[in-house]
Amino acid sequence: MDRFPPELDFAVTDSQKETSALPITIRNLTKRYGPVFALNSVDLDVRSGEFLTLLGPSGSGKTTLLMAIAGFNRPDSGSIQFGGEEVILAPPHKREVGMVFQSYALFPHMSVADNIGFPLKLRGIGGTERISRIEEALETVQLSGFGERNIDQLSGGQRQRVALARAFVFGPRVLLMDEPLSALDKKLRERMQIELKHLHRKLGVTTVYVTHDQREALTMSDRIAVINDGELVQLDTPKRVYNRPANAFVADFIGESTMLPLTRNATGALTFRDQLVGEAGEGRDWTLVVRPERLFLADAAAETDERTIVLKGVLREAVFQGESEMVLVALDGDTELAVRIGTGGTANPAGGNIGGEVYIGIDRSDVIIIPGGRAQ
Amino acid sequence: MNWWSRPASDTQITHGGRLWLYTLAAIIMLLLVIPTLIVVPMSFSDSQYLEFPPSNWSLRWYEEYLGTAKWIRATATSVQVGLLTMLVATPLGVMAAYALFVSRHRATKAIFLLLITPMIVPVILIAIGTFYAYGRVGMNNTITGLVLAHSALALPIAIIVVTAGLRSYDLSQEQVARSLGANRIKAFFLITLPQIRFSVITAALLSFLTSFDEVIIAIFVSGGANATLTKHMFAALRDYIDPTIAAISTIMVILSSVLLLLTQFLGSKRGGNR
Amino acid sequence: MAGAAPLHEAALQRQHRREQWSILSLVVPAMIVIILIILIPLSWLFYLSFLGDDGGFSLENYHKMTQYKSYYRIFVTTFQVSILTTLACIALGYPLAFFLAQLPPKWAGIFMLAVLLPFWTSLLVRTYAWLVLLQKRGILNEFAVQIGLWETPIKLVHNMTGTLIGMAHIMLPFLVLPLYNAMRKIDGDLMHAAANLGASPVHAFWRVYFPLSLPGMVAGALIVFVLCLGFYVTPAVLGGGRVIMVSNHITAILENQFDWGAASALGVVLLVATTFTLYLAARFFRFDAVLFGRD
Repeated sequence: MDRFPPELDFAVTDSQKETSALPITIRNLTKRYGPVFALNSVDLDVRSGEFLTLLGPSGSGKTTLLMAIAGFNRPDSGSIQFGGEEVILAPPHKREVGMVFQSYALFPHMSVADNIGFPLKLRGIGGTERISRIEEALETVQLSGFGERNIDQLSGGQRQRVALARAFVFGPRVLLMDEPLSALDKKLRERMQIELKHLHRKLGVTTVYVTHDQREALTMSDRIAVINDGELVQLDTPKRVYNRPANAFVADFIGESTMLPLTRNATGALTFRDQLVGEAGEGRDWTLVVRPERLFLADAAAETDERTIVLKGVLREAVFQGESEMVLVALDGDTELAVRIGTGGTANPAGGNIGGEVYIGIDRSDVIIIPGGRAQ
Repeated sequence: MNWWSRPASDTQITHGGRLWLYTLAAIIMLLLVIPTLIVVPMSFSDSQYLEFPPSNWSLRWYEEYLGTAKWIRATATSVQVGLLTMLVATPLGVMAAYALFVSRHRATKAIFLLLITPMIVPVILIAIGTFYAYGRVGMNNTITGLVLAHSALALPIAIIVVTAGLRSYDLSQEQVARSLGANRIKAFFLITLPQIRFSVITAALLSFLTSFDEVIIAIFVSGGANATLTKHMFAALRDYIDPTIAAISTIMVILSSVLLLLTQFLGSKRGGNR
Repeated sequence: MAGAAPLHEAALQRQHRREQWSILSLVVPAMIVIILIILIPLSWLFYLSFLGDDGGFSLENYHKMTQYKSYYRIFVTTFQVSILTTLACIALGYPLAFFLAQLPPKWAGIFMLAVLLPFWTSLLVRTYAWLVLLQKRGILNEFAVQIGLWETPIKLVHNMTGTLIGMAHIMLPFLVLPLYNAMRKIDGDLMHAAANLGASPVHAFWRVYFPLSLPGMVAGALIVFVLCLGFYVTPAVLGGGRVIMVSNHITAILENQFDWGAASALGVVLLVATTFTLYLAARFFRFDAVLFGRD
């Protein structure tokens, strides 16, 4: 287990801050493996200096996209530009990207300092300048004094930091990370998420981060690019991706949700159980997405008003989970709603009323309506 | 509970109940080791008839070996051919193993199969085949011819050993090195090679040994001043039992044992690196 | 973007092809060696085997094999020696591999040296050792007479007995190594489960362990068999001219009659038999696994 420094912020020196952040412009990027599109004409703009996460299930194409930016995966066609400069034909060693792998891929036959100094050595930076830049980088990742250590003397978290230092020490144009935290245990991972975010803010380098962990993506990113089946499904801030998912896939993949099919009433408005939910848009099928934590147990008296929708159901199960209580409510037949209720003193727990009638409410501003039918 | 009545395996059979297995295994291991090592004490015998245990100890067979120009020249040839084979087979094997490991080309499987044919084809066929072909181009009895043929025998072994080394190596290290600014060749020499070095050394040792111990091809394509040690030994064995062979065999056993222990040591180091 | 030409498609494809070829070019030197030493000479032998006395195409070299009794005897001897050696190796190798597989890995590594040392020692040296051990005035005979196993020294070498003893010794590691490898992979929990379900140790062994070790044993046995088919040195030395296998006969044809056609034809038959056996073997295991002891 790592020993954590008292303060969270990484100390970033001026020479590192000079790194000019470049935008990444990706156009029509396509990669096929036989009949399967790993990337299907992907367009993506990474803003200069932003922390962008590629989020998707395994096999979605997110790693293929990252490897294409790094130059390790050659797409069939398309364009990748770093600040207006076309790099798609450039070999990896000429792209000036810092890369952090899931396995860290530290060089076990070199000391910590030699690992970090490797990119400097390749650039002909030697002598005192190399030493001082290694020192600076070590300081930045809070490993001062670790330079002479061997790799196998480091803990998982320390290895992670060395890999990170090695990736930014030479002032790369962009920083790429492929699930760098997945090998760490949960506590350390959460800690490193915040540290990485701070480091990014200090370095200001354009960063593309790959993960399949939606919570990690929500925690760290400026924006999230949700990838599925080789296509960019949604590109938005974490808040908007969570609160306004573009479709059923995003709603299902990010956060917990229950999806309920909507019907149209005579005036064309969308309803659920005869309750007006929203106005009609184009298209035939619409789905109501509800997040368990946005639902609450309501009084029967407070039947649908202007601000809340209230649904009646039967309490099936109430499970205490520590910080919250998960309540399953059967609306009727096979439709079941999950409701997450706080367990604090002001909360309104369901208690032992299993089998009894309950009312659940949702604020109209928390209603999410997405096009299409139920997610598969 | 003493060792005797402790369970020896998952089926709760005790060590005592396994005694027959231990005895049998011990006998078989002795049968394997004794004939390999028996030449060592016998080589120090004073007698012409290789008794065991020798009634009188002497170094006369070693003197005989060192004093015979034929043996010394043959030993020099064998060492020379062995070293040259090592120098040819090791780099070629490393290059081939790396290429086959990294490449995703469809042809890699077929190429691998081609490269291991020397393990499949009976050596006698390689021997008479090269003998015939060399006869046509005047390469019989040459060092070059023998080195080439022995390199073919050593290549599959080198390739398999190096491939095993590459399998336990994390290729993403090479990718990192390339992203950090090293081209492919630099990344290989600075990052990959130092980490598969134990496999490469093992491959080199095995290439040497393969050549040094090889008999059949040597019988056919080596000769004259360039006859190998094994060729002379084989001839001596067919005709009469020359105790000098015991001295030479002892030297060969020691060489093999040293190389074996070296690879075992390297193997444990390689394992510890993971 | 429909209708727009895919960006950089041709250049990327060119680059892809160039990279693939530059990587594959690394195998070219090794391939040249194999082609020069294996493929060309073998093709040449193949061609020679179909050459008649008049220099035209002919099957007479193959026809001879079916005609002469001497060939028949050689094939019988070859198969006899190969099968007996293989059986001896199974009988000795299975208990040894089982013993090694039951040991903790550290101890197995030490005892494994007993298998690896002979494996690494020149087969010429080992053949020589057996020649010395088995001769009339050799250690084995003297020991046997001393403890009264037999009364006068008997002929143990320069015959089939000596050949079989020597070959079994030389081949044993080739069976033990893949078999040990297969046994190490057998999940100990399975035997445990069998024991918990009430199977006696003997029953558990035959019903659970043995079937699981069978592929390793078959693989090792096929390797031994194939190597025996092409063996030359040991029968030549320990057989004393009385055990003539295919390889020995090929050499004899060349030494005595200088008949390349006949020698080549016999070689082709040997190669076909070897390849066929290995094809069978390949269905049971990965070929490079055989060499694991040396890697």
